[in-house]
Amino acid sequence: MIRSHILVCGGTGCTSNKSAEIVAALKKELAAQGLDQEVQVIMTGCFGLCANGPIMVVYPEGACYNHVQLSDVKEIVTEHILKGRIVNRLLHVEDEKTEQRVMSLSETDFMKKQVRIALKNCGVIDPENIDEYIGRDGYQALAKVLTEMTPEEVIDVVLKSGLRGRGGAGFPTGMKWKFARASQNPVKYVCCNADEGDPGAFMDRSVLEGDPHSVIEAMAIAAYAIGSSQGYVYIRAEYPIAVKRLQIAIDQAKKYGLLGKNIFGTGFNFNLEIRLGAGAFVCGEETALMTSIEGKRGEPHPRPPFPAVKGLFEKPTILNNVETYANITKIILNGADWFASMGTEKSKGTKVFALGGKINNTGLVEIPMGTTLREVIYEIGGGIPNGKKFKAAQTGGPSGGCIPVEHLDVPIDYDNLIAIGSMMGSGGLIVMDEDNCMVDIAKFFLEFTVDESCGKCTPCRIGNKRLLEYLDKITSGKATMQDLDDMEKLCYYIKDNSLCGLGQTAPNPVLSTLRYFRDEYEAHIKEHRCPAGVCKALLHFEIDASKCKGCTLCARNCPVNAISGNVREAHKIDTAKCVKCGLCMANCRFDAISKK
Amino acid sequence: MADLIKVKINGKEYQVEKGITILEACRRVGIKVPTLCYLKDINAIGACRVCVCEVVGARSLVAACVYPIEKEGTEIYTNSKRVLDSRRTTVELLLSNHNNSCNSCVKSGKCELQQLSQELGCNEHHYDGLKQSFEEDVTPYLVRDNSKCVLCRRCVAACRSLQHVSVIGANERGFNTAIGSAYELSLNDVPCVACGQCITVCPTGALRERDNIDDVLAALNDKTKHVVIATAPAVRVAIGEEFGYPIGTNVEGKMVSALKMLGFDKVFDVNFTADVTIMEEGTELLGRVKNGGKLPMITSCSPGWINYIEQYYPELLDHLSTTKSPQGIYGALVKSYYAEKNGIDPKDIVCVSVMPCVAKKTEIRREHINAYKEGKDVDIVLTTRELARLIKRAGIDLPCLGEDKFDNLMGESSTAGFMFGVTGGVMEAALRTVKEAVDGKPLEKLDFTAVRGTKGIKQAKVELGGKPAKVLIAHGIENAHTVMEQLKAGKLNDVVFIEIMCCPGGCVTGGGQPIQPAEVLNNIDVKAVRAKAIYAADKKATLRKSHENSEVKKLYAEYLGEPNSHKAHDLLHTHYINRKK
Amino acid sequence: MKSLQELNAIRERMQNQSKDRKVADAQSIRIVVGMATCGIAAGARPVMNAFVEEVAKRNLQNVVVSQTGCIGMCKLEPIVEVFVPGQEKVTYCYMTPEKAVKVVVDHIVNNKPVTEYIVK
Repeated sequence: MIRSHILVCGGTGCTSNKSAEIVAALKKELAAQGLDQEVQVIMTGCFGLCANGPIMVVYPEGACYNHVQLSDVKEIVTEHILKGRIVNRLLHVEDEKTEQRVMSLSETDFMKKQVRIALKNCGVIDPENIDEYIGRDGYQALAKVLTEMTPEEVIDVVLKSGLRGRGGAGFPTGMKWKFARASQNPVKYVCCNADEGDPGAFMDRSVLEGDPHSVIEAMAIAAYAIGSSQGYVYIRAEYPIAVKRLQIAIDQAKKYGLLGKNIFGTGFNFNLEIRLGAGAFVCGEETALMTSIEGKRGEPHPRPPFPAVKGLFEKPTILNNVETYANITKIILNGADWFASMGTEKSKGTKVFALGGKINNTGLVEIPMGTTLREVIYEIGGGIPNGKKFKAAQTGGPSGGCIPVEHLDVPIDYDNLIAIGSMMGSGGLIVMDEDNCMVDIAKFFLEFTVDESCGKCTPCRIGNKRLLEYLDKITSGKATMQDLDDMEKLCYYIKDNSLCGLGQTAPNPVLSTLRYFRDEYEAHIKEHRCPAGVCKALLHFEIDASKCKGCTLCARNCPVNAISGNVREAHKIDTAKCVKCGLCMANCRFDAISKK
Repeated sequence: MADLIKVKINGKEYQVEKGITILEACRRVGIKVPTLCYLKDINAIGACRVCVCEVVGARSLVAACVYPIEKEGTEIYTNSKRVLDSRRTTVELLLSNHNNSCNSCVKSGKCELQQLSQELGCNEHHYDGLKQSFEEDVTPYLVRDNSKCVLCRRCVAACRSLQHVSVIGANERGFNTAIGSAYELSLNDVPCVACGQCITVCPTGALRERDNIDDVLAALNDKTKHVVIATAPAVRVAIGEEFGYPIGTNVEGKMVSALKMLGFDKVFDVNFTADVTIMEEGTELLGRVKNGGKLPMITSCSPGWINYIEQYYPELLDHLSTTKSPQGIYGALVKSYYAEKNGIDPKDIVCVSVMPCVAKKTEIRREHINAYKEGKDVDIVLTTRELARLIKRAGIDLPCLGEDKFDNLMGESSTAGFMFGVTGGVMEAALRTVKEAVDGKPLEKLDFTAVRGTKGIKQAKVELGGKPAKVLIAHGIENAHTVMEQLKAGKLNDVVFIEIMCCPGGCVTGGGQPIQPAEVLNNIDVKAVRAKAIYAADKKATLRKSHENSEVKKLYAEYLGEPNSHKAHDLLHTHYINRKK
Repeated sequence: MKSLQELNAIRERMQNQSKDRKVADAQSIRIVVGMATCGIAAGARPVMNAFVEEVAKRNLQNVVVSQTGCIGMCKLEPIVEVFVPGQEKVTYCYMTPEKAVKVVVDHIVNNKPVTEYIVK
């Protein structure tokens, strides 16, 4: 008889920190102590608090252990499972100063403000066992739709819920379905965009790793709604765990007759297949994604015609992203009003964000629309490490923008983010502190888009490259104010002329940093100075002669022999030789070296 | 009749068909929108962004070539400042990654990029930055210089949609995107058919024929060499375009004058050897029918087509006629018949041909093509474009010249031979000779209109000796591919003869012909207009059957004996090789 | 699977199996078994199992069987504490599997603590 469940995170982050080995060791230890009949070990999807991984939760106490190592397994079994004593040292530390520890995940500040809809089952069930999903009301929504609702009623519920696409642009999901339903064609397709490509965003991966059936079920519902019987999940091959679990889930659903022919005896057929992408960012763009599924080079093509009219294999097609689908079953079961009661006027429900950058609780959070950035960063995210000052938050990935401190209290929703020069995107949220140079940040994102541009249209292919060259010029102190002016014009040109969303949004990181941090750009140009001390070409290292004791440590550490001086005399840096690696500064024990 | 809707273009109201593109609507009402990547029917991809226009209410500018006008009252601006500035920036960006060596570029003056740059007032140095660097891909027939490529993909579309071979496509991505073959292989190492259709659609100098003008000049300058030249049927109806004549002007006489002024010792006509081809091929066909040989028999005069079947359908090689192409026959006869008649040692002869084709440059390198054992039958092949450049380089003003005639021995021709230049022409020429031979009486009607026209695959039923026979004509490899699949599937067992030409339209629009810009290609069916010149000549002519050509009769009477004789086989027939890669 | 009934059957089975994967909330009745060395030595393990089985058998929702360390009265082991929301904690001592069944029936189901087992 099972008296205790141990849940171990099997998301990509924790897996790369050996959570699979931990599960194996745990099972072995339980068997060794004769507890394997009493305790069930389950590998789940992501719990969200990735910064603390690998994470393990022991029920019924709900004790959440963090940073679990292989060497901790024996102690957990002996102390907690056998003797019922919580292993305190592995609990989450909420407050560094008081060392106050929190026993269960749900009591952490990280979790308290979250509302989990898309992530409902992540970190709760075994994603490789369809029965666990069914135990949490899985496939009830599909059953309800097929036996009680007409396709029009389904679309109506989705429309009324106010659900908008979670992939970035925020197009109303119900509208998409309605257009596709209206297209007259015996063959239609339902596609799922699991080609998550924004640097730092991984919510779609987590849903597929932790709750793959929620996507399968929603796609079947979508297929019923628009009149389709074939679906494709386009997923990047770099997500091996997600691919594996999704395939297992599809196979199990087929075995149970929840995919395939005559589902629930209603005559409704739906088949689902996985298509692997090679991880090109542009294949997140809907027309490029479909071109790639067709087996061609992943390049976008102009719209109209829109996919709802002419999409995959030239047939009417709907494409929604993973997180969007993950909301569908809950909307069907709980009703449109329930969903619409959360969020802001035009953005309903919740949104999952991947917190990254200069923030304590890096990980995955799901918050109601309308939560402010300040709440996300300071309450849920635990603030900025090392007491540094917040400078900006980047949302929307390479298509988005930077949000400065003055907009920290803006409620997060689609329209507000657009209004302040950024966008929702797929939900990457990267926090930057005073040590980040905003020109450098813009350059980072633009380097990404230049790399990922498909090369089809001129503005994106060459325009973004030239834009990056302007940024290079600025960060190396060689640009003029005329260049800044030209660069801004080029940004607007690229937005106005590019073929697809990738190009049209590529200059956003530049434009938004120009909007809020123009002074930083100007400091690089006019004063040849990088205020954050990041841009190497504009930096130099100096030794303060009054502080230098002549210990020679810096000179001995310098890889290019740029530092000279006699023992017990102040040293000097030859700036011509210096490669600005910063080793001298890191090694100085007297705080005599500074970066300027 | 499609629905008409009201639109406003540049402030003025028009009625246009619902669903047509902005570009098409503008064309119909006489507003010019510049384009670069757009090529009617084969390349509407909205990639270059040169044709952007402003649609009121749209989030960004739209590409006129692909944007359908669906809504009543759509308001469009084709030349607002926003539009013109954008187009200029687009072309300036293209120039910033372009090898701007216009002074020495073969395409200068006819380059679409150059023209756009001038029309839009571009500064080629506005965006100075890193340029991609490339090595040229050099083959015996074609040179690819990616440093001049603007990635319009017109070549890719031609290779894929017209010619079905798809040996080029986009490699890499972003700024590093470049057109090339898979794994960056040279065209020499992939199953390219050497048709050169990519060259004829390239807006810049990124694709060009392998130039052999200097070889010809060297031969002409060599006093020990006897230099003979002949021109293919389609050359004379196109070369005038390089000298300002309207498309489809036949300048045969002036062309011959120019060739003589250039100093060629003899100027012959490939139309003559086309007549000889009919004698051989027609006789071969009759033999196959009579003796139960492999049918349907397929023509073999188009070297691009031969390259295709050898690489893609080697199992069907038996169907090919063994008769050499008119160029092959010309070379074989020059180094044998002509040399003997004039007492010239063939090793002192340089045999030059002018072809509408770049694949002909590969044909002279084939194994088993040469009847002359000590060297080549044809030494140098020039395309129509190269001949035009040679004439210009020599300072000859073609339009001012009088009209001259081809030299005797191999200068007389029927218009049946002339028709080799157009799709359906070989078939019509063959039918005129074969039908007369089988029926045993002169034809009542010489025009076989069913085999004419630009339709991709044409079928005709003819009566041969009182029995019905089916013939098939295809042009463009896309259509050849369809026919080969039908043949393989056994669906063409009732067909006796198939004519296949590699290039869409036949040789008049071959890969070596004068290049017309997209602006012309999108509005005029060049292949039909050039073909018209050939049919017009046929209509006027009195000598319209190959077997009635007196020089052909003389050739057989005095030298070869009869068609398909042993000597004819030695000189005028060849065989084929499985070249599947 | 061809019917809703089959789906619901799986759901029910699974809900029973995984209901322990829930942290006890304020409304839950908690049964806490002392599982330190002293408790185990005195026979706490079979007691624990008896509670788990009996709760499952009766399909009692909202009841959590948990464990704890040494309470400090080792000689009274096996010790079990029962927390019913809104009521005072009840501590049973010298527990056996048989006693455990009675505690579930009387105390948890019928809300009558088994006074004879209670620590005096």
